Amino acid sequence: MKSSVIIFPGSNCDRDMDVALKKFGFKNTMVWHNDDKLPKSDLIVLPGGFSYGDYLRCGSIAGKSKIINSVIDFAKTGGLVLGICNGFQILTETGLLPGVLLQNKNIEFICKNVFVKINDKNNKYFNKINKEILELHIAHNEGNYFCSDDELRELENNNQIAAYYCDEKGNCDDRSNPNGALKNIAGILNKEKNVLGMMPHPERMIDKYLSGEDGSIFFKNLLNNLKI
Amino acid sequence: MTVNEKVAIDHGLKKDEYKKICDLLKRTPNLTELAIFSAMWNEHCSYKSSRKHLKNLHTKGKKVIQGPGENAGVIDIGDDDAIVFKIESHNHPSFIEPYQGAATGVGGIMRDVFTMGARPIANLNSIHFGSPQHKKTKNLLRGVVKGIGGYGNCIGVPTIAGQTSFDESYNGNILVNAMTLGLVNKKKIFYSKAAGINKPVIYVGSKTGRDGIHGASMASAVFDEKIEEKKPTVQVGDPFTEKLLLEACLELMADDSIISIQDMGAAGLTSSSVEMASKGKLGIELNLNMVPCREEKMSPYEIMLSESQERMLIVLENGKEEKAKKIFDKWDLDFAIIGKTTKSKKIELYFDDKKVCDIPVDFLAENAPVYDRKWKKIKLPQNIKFKKQEFKSLKIENCLKKLLSHPNICDKQWIWDQYDHTVMGDTIQKPGGDSGVVRIHGTSKAVAASVDSSALYCFAHPLSGGKQIVCESWRNLISVGAEPIAITNCLNFGNPEKEKNMGEFVECVQGISEACKYLDFPVVSGNVSFYNETKDKGIKPTPSIGGVGIIKDYKNMISMNLKNKGNIVLVIGKTIGHLEQSIFAREILSEKKGPPPEVNLFNEKNNGLTVLKLINEKIIESCHDVSLGGIIVAISKMCIKSKKGIKLNQLKGLINKFNYFFGEDQARYLIEIRKENLNKVDKLLKENSVHYDELGYVIDDNIEFSDEIKLSVDEIEKTYKSWLRKYMVN
Repeated sequence: MKSSVIIFPGSNCDRDMDVALKKFGFKNTMVWHNDDKLPKSDLIVLPGGFSYGDYLRCGSIAGKSKIINSVIDFAKTGGLVLGICNGFQILTETGLLPGVLLQNKNIEFICKNVFVKINDKNNKYFNKINKEILELHIAHNEGNYFCSDDELRELENNNQIAAYYCDEKGNCDDRSNPNGALKNIAGILNKEKNVLGMMPHPERMIDKYLSGEDGSIFFKNLLNNLKI
Repeated sequence: MTVNEKVAIDHGLKKDEYKKICDLLKRTPNLTELAIFSAMWNEHCSYKSSRKHLKNLHTKGKKVIQGPGENAGVIDIGDDDAIVFKIESHNHPSFIEPYQGAATGVGGIMRDVFTMGARPIANLNSIHFGSPQHKKTKNLLRGVVKGIGGYGNCIGVPTIAGQTSFDESYNGNILVNAMTLGLVNKKKIFYSKAAGINKPVIYVGSKTGRDGIHGASMASAVFDEKIEEKKPTVQVGDPFTEKLLLEACLELMADDSIISIQDMGAAGLTSSSVEMASKGKLGIELNLNMVPCREEKMSPYEIMLSESQERMLIVLENGKEEKAKKIFDKWDLDFAIIGKTTKSKKIELYFDDKKVCDIPVDFLAENAPVYDRKWKKIKLPQNIKFKKQEFKSLKIENCLKKLLSHPNICDKQWIWDQYDHTVMGDTIQKPGGDSGVVRIHGTSKAVAASVDSSALYCFAHPLSGGKQIVCESWRNLISVGAEPIAITNCLNFGNPEKEKNMGEFVECVQGISEACKYLDFPVVSGNVSFYNETKDKGIKPTPSIGGVGIIKDYKNMISMNLKNKGNIVLVIGKTIGHLEQSIFAREILSEKKGPPPEVNLFNEKNNGLTVLKLINEKIIESCHDVSLGGIIVAISKMCIKSKKGIKLNQLKGLINKFNYFFGEDQARYLIEIRKENLNKVDKLLKENSVHYDELGYVIDDNIEFSDEIKLSVDEIEKTYKSWLRKYMVN
């Protein structure tokens, strides 16, 4: 399977994502933001970081970059687009995903392990994952998901909420909500379920010497689903 | 403006220094030239008070590729890999403007590292604040932590370890020391020494603005009540541009276009051009009209003194200009050819077709003043005889709880949660352990790093204190299974013009040097920060030591987490029960006098190397060094981290239990081993003449000691973890 990781100026999880994708068997290509064409890919990844410094709204400039039109076209024809952290923020800026990521409720950057409960497995990303709760890692200043009541209703009605922050046992409440996200939302899908944006970093959880290994489950599963 | 003695003094120069300038030049300097002298001759850039003593530091070793004198030190870690590292202070600006001061401190040290061709792989910091009750402390702490995080997180380099302390001597002068480690191929290291005549001198990075003018002079003077006016001397950081600069420089460094490269740090374009020329024994000619400026009508004076961040000066091979420009264009960075190297051995500057500066390089560098300042030796204080009744009313449980929630011992997770410590995907020991550890990407190797200081010991007896910190750094590395290789030091002191402060400096350096030599643990880089003084009140002497060690196979890394119930915990090293200068004496007995614990370098080395041997034999399950708070605090931290308990053995001999549990004797470790390995360990320790005691064995949930202590680990965890969070939220 072929994947592409977009590098924006200021991306800083691009290498980590490249390492993770290759580790689990993707043939990955790095793509520069100023290119106008994407290589043939089964998966496009927008990595974490601070694209263009994120001095304006997070992801807003990347959402208007040269390469992003190709990414939007790719997504609209059903191609898989995964945005992690800053990538999620960029996806909301392009309109591929609804809502916005506000500053964390405690107005501090947060770097720590969190648990997320998978809400919907009816998509290529989580289909057949044999776990309900994953331990992943977050590292962000703006991960506080927010959207309008109408958008939320739509997200819920279409099963577009990919994962909720929870505790070890799966309880989703204020205590297990690290950043104040609406309804503990950690990640969402588009209506067609080919675009996923999430704040947690699976690429930082890919071997037992790191923070944990649940990221491996995510990547292995994704690769298997793409092969079908 | 006409230059005269008064103008010189306003620039921070002394009367006789001004006279020396006029004598050297055989004329009166113009204002730009005077500014350049003042920037090069201030304490921060010239090391004029410290140079004489720094020469005595132990700087050589088999694994040292580059010692002090370059942008950073370099050590060999096997194969073709080398680690570039350095620690640097950003104290003065951080007190004036905590966010930007700390952020640009991190930015500056990362530039020092990637200037040498290394990709930064880990950041550390040592930060010290005034009393928690002081009105400024909370905001300074918040600002500094946000600044360090804001910069490092954006660049995408993990912050893997650090140290934070509080002491009233920092009320008017906080300390912010930032350290960076980078990885480089040892055949592709870049240096600042220029070579060759008529080579293009290139300016890259951000544009030059009016920020940070006189920053280096500000950092070379004491503070007074007009400190708020100094805000404009603090630079403003732009981590995004630094990230671009990092990637662009590393891209250009992939081939042989660069002859020499130097970041524009303190004293900006002035010190970078002078250093390159001085090291290469040649001249540099610059056309200041070519310097990319952010603001209009900047004068040569302002251009030369600006400390705008994220800028580099490069001497290129002829003919490589186009290629280099392409790379910097790709990363949207300014690129300008601003001059060339010359054989004149002078710094010659032109502006609007006029020559505005003509100074022989030697006058600025080699002829800079060196002072042999007067200093006072500090005697070892007498021992204190603690009376038995002082302990009578005390309960160990209460003392322990008090110490675990003490600002200088308590959990610092509130701080490191705000630092991205996992980006780059190689952090295998996070902050909160004895050392941070990152893997060398794609290999089985890992590098461990720790940063330490012990201002109370250094204040009581600088010579012992200097030795002690080096030893503590060494122990912190060994505790994670790393072979200690070398250190970097950041020497934070008060006013060198005062004999007492100068004495503290001289003797701390002497202590550091003795320990480094004995342990074969050389200093490869560092900086000196004097004048940490406000309204006549100076800080306690606070050298920070950043130690670096290597783990050959990261799978053998050790943590302080207790592993299994029933395992035995040993105390390696002899416990005498030294209480003077301990946190117990200070906080529980209110006794501030007495000598710090004795440092026995033989024991330190022998115990450390033996523990390392045990780790390499894979018979140590977990390990933690014994430092602040003694054995009981050390074992409590191990219990809290692993959510396991300990049953402590009865004490043997006559030792008082308070001395035993809270004494801060040096050269000690706690190690956890399996029961079945006890004989083997006993034999190995005896063979190596290492003293040990059996502390107890691992149990569930509680810390227990006869019928005197029964504390649940949950309870002490709350005590340990709540102070800082509560303090910051309220």
